[in-house]
Formats: sequence, C-alpha cells, structure tokens
Amino acid sequence: MVSFAGWEMPVMYSSIMEEHQAVRSKVGVFDISHMGQIFVSGEKAQRWLNVLLTNDVSALEVSEAHYTFLLNEGGGVIDDLLLYRLEEEHFLMLVNAARIDQVMDWLEQHLLEGVSIANESSEWAGLAVQGPEAPEIYSRITGGRCLPARNHLDDVTHEGARLLVCRTGYTGEDGFELFCPHGTVIQWFNKLIDEDAVPCGLGSRDTLRLEVCYPLNGSDLSEERTPLEAGLKFFVALKKDVEFLGQEILIKQAEEGLSERLVALQYDAPGPPPRAGYPVLADGGEVIGVLSSGAYSPSLGTGIAMAYLPFGHSKIGATVHIEIRKKIIPAKVVKKPFYRK
Amino acid sequence: MTAPDNLRYTPDHEWVLLEGDIVTVGITDHAQQELSDVVFVELPDMGDIEKGSPCAVVESVKAASDIYAPISGEIVEINLDLVADPSKVNTDPYDGGWIFKMKIDDLSQVEALMEASSYIGLVR
Repeated sequence: MVSFAGWEMPVMYSSIMEEHQAVRSKVGVFDISHMGQIFVSGEKAQRWLNVLLTNDVSALEVSEAHYTFLLNEGGGVIDDLLLYRLEEEHFLMLVNAARIDQVMDWLEQHLLEGVSIANESSEWAGLAVQGPEAPEIYSRITGGRCLPARNHLDDVTHEGARLLVCRTGYTGEDGFELFCPHGTVIQWFNKLIDEDAVPCGLGSRDTLRLEVCYPLNGSDLSEERTPLEAGLKFFVALKKDVEFLGQEILIKQAEEGLSERLVALQYDAPGPPPRAGYPVLADGGEVIGVLSSGAYSPSLGTGIAMAYLPFGHSKIGATVHIEIRKKIIPAKVVKKPFYRK
Repeated sequence: MTAPDNLRYTPDHEWVLLEGDIVTVGITDHAQQELSDVVFVELPDMGDIEKGSPCAVVESVKAASDIYAPISGEIVEINLDLVADPSKVNTDPYDGGWIFKMKIDDLSQVEALMEASSYIGLVR
C-alpha cells in the first residue's frame, strides 16, 4: 500500500505483470474512488466551461464525455480531466485526486452568476473496468445491460442507487468507468471479482497508461507545461468560438514552434527499467532533460519512458542516453504510442 | 513464504549458504514476493567488499532494490544466468536465483547471521 493524494492505495494485489496482462487480454478492475467529482450546472454552464477548458464544450452532446485541460493564464496545466455532459445544462468534471483543491480554487475564482459548482468527491466512489472482456462483464453484473458507445455515458438507477457508467478509461483498452455513491461500490467490486475480473493496483495502472502514452498529472503534466508541449493538441480547440484562459500562450507556441516537447523513449536492448527522475543525456554527455515517467513495459518486454526534450533531440529515431546509477543506457525517440492493439 | 533451515539470513532479506569458505548469496522468498516481477538484476563487480556495502540491484516492475554484502569478503562469481532470465529470482529464489558468491576468511561472520526460525519471526 502507498499513500496517494491522501488515500491509501495498493500498488499491486498480486503482481503488476499479471494485472497488466489481465487488462490487455481479459479484464481487470481498478478502484478509482480517489478521483474527484465536480458538478457544474446552470444556463451559462456551457459557455463558462468553454472559457475555462481547452476542448470545445459546445461540441459535446448530452451523454457524451471528452478529455480536456484546465489551464492557468500561462497555458500550464492545472488539471487534465474528463468532462461529461449529463444534461444540456448539467456537467460533471472528473478530476485527479491530487488536484481537487486547486481545481475548486480556480473554479471559485472565476465563478459567474448563473453557474453553480458542487464538489461531491467525498460522496462518490468509482471503479474502472478495463480490458477486451469489459462489455461482457458489464452485461453480467447488470442483468443484461449494454455498455454505452465509446465516450458516452449512461446515468441510471440500479437497485435504488445512482450509477454513472462511461465507456472511457486510462489503459488503451475497451472498458468503462463507473461511479456510484460510496456505500454501494463494494457490492460492484465484489460482483466484478465474482465474475473473474482481476483486481489491479496503481502499478499496472501506470504501466498500462504509459504504454499508450496517456499522461500522468504531476509527472508528465504540470502547471509549467502546456498541452502543446505535451503533444496533446488534439484536445485543444484553438479555433472554437470563445477564447479560453491560457489560449494566448498556446497560439504563440503554435505559431513560433516549441522549444521542448514530451517525447517517447524506448530501449533498444535490455537494461534496468527507466524510472521517473532519471537524467537524459545527449551524445556529448550534457543533461538535456529528466524522465517524467518510466517503466518496464510488460507488453513490449523493454524499458519505456517519456521526457521533455529540446526540439533538436526530439525527432523520431534520435538516440539519447538515460543515466541510471552512473551507467549510461541508450534509448531511441519513438512514435507515440509505444503499444497499439 | 519459505526459508530453508540450511541457510542464514540478514535483516535486509538476503540468504547466505556456506560451503567450505565460499558463501552463495540471494534474496529470500519473502523479498521476491514483496518485489514481484523481477525484470533486471545489476550484478556486482568482482573483488573485495565490506559487509553492508550495496553491491547489486534487483529491479522489479514495481521498484529498484539494493542488495548489500551480507558479510565482508571477495566476490568471486556472479550468476550470469540472471542476465537472460532475471525472473529466476522469483521462480527459484534459493537455487537458480542466486546472485553472487563470495570467498570469506572469517567463517564466524556467517554464524552471526539469523537462523531460519529467527528470520521467519522477523517477517511474519
């Protein structure tokens, strides 16, 4: 068990490798009760959110979710989150546990009349069910229900309790995330385990997300880095009809080019697993960056990592060196993601 | 969790097997379970080493863990099989998963280490 954003969470239940493979080949379940739920409603909610978030809220249908960023004025990432449109004027922000307070502070500072926000994080619990068998297991635990379409959600009442189910995830696999009042989550967890879902901890959550280059807030994303530097411009609507906070810096970066970019690094040969914090060196030995994430990839059987590197070292195919206990391990800049289905 | 009676143990979860003036060193079944999924072993350099000095690293998917010299002596052999198959540390911790061998002068150093029953008491 480790402390994580004020929660005690398991790194693994049995083995990171086994949990990882279960999600890639069958189905696994993660406790994501630590994540934060902030509800936003009001007739001006859409327009207000569109000023605060990078993706285009007006493009979001009722019962749809998308990935988006909350930026500071400098374009740095306060949080990366999923925005769900529950009803026309009713939204749910699913935010990182460690960022709930910062997000709430930011929202309160920018609050408008006609918009109300409610942090219900302590009332909700959640599970992420991930893997190719996720649709079948969902049907079995709900008495025959079908999963919503990708990035869509069902807001239902099951045995008297509210259940939000969204076909999203953080592993690169098919699957869903469900949120329910915290008193009912244990029954869902037990039902999933009874149906042979493999319980998975933070360790495999990290290896799974890194293989598909999903960023981890606090490691790959921070208030000092913009989504463009992180290579996530797909989730930034620079041309939507309202200007969002931080947009100016992003437009400047888009026009002038980036001095540093978050790149994917992969070993050519076996070596000690790369881990966050290890220095990255150029051929000449000068330090050009630090690993923001790193792991042994169970699917690829080799070391994988991400780091912000200067533009001149960020081309696909470029070789850099990772320093591990005074030894130098070569790694190549590769195309994202590391792993594809 | 197993801990064979013919071995001695350190509080850092290493085991030691004495044969003549050679000791073989590895990590315990308890240690490999805690680490899980060993994917890399950084083997020590040959030569003299002081008791308590870090000399090898066992890396699992979860974490990197230092291995300390359990006694003072000379490292005379390393388990090169672990280069190709580090998972032997998990599957066979007391035999195929051995890490290095030391030649020692003072055999009483081994006597000073824990017996199996004490080690089991420590990790329980």
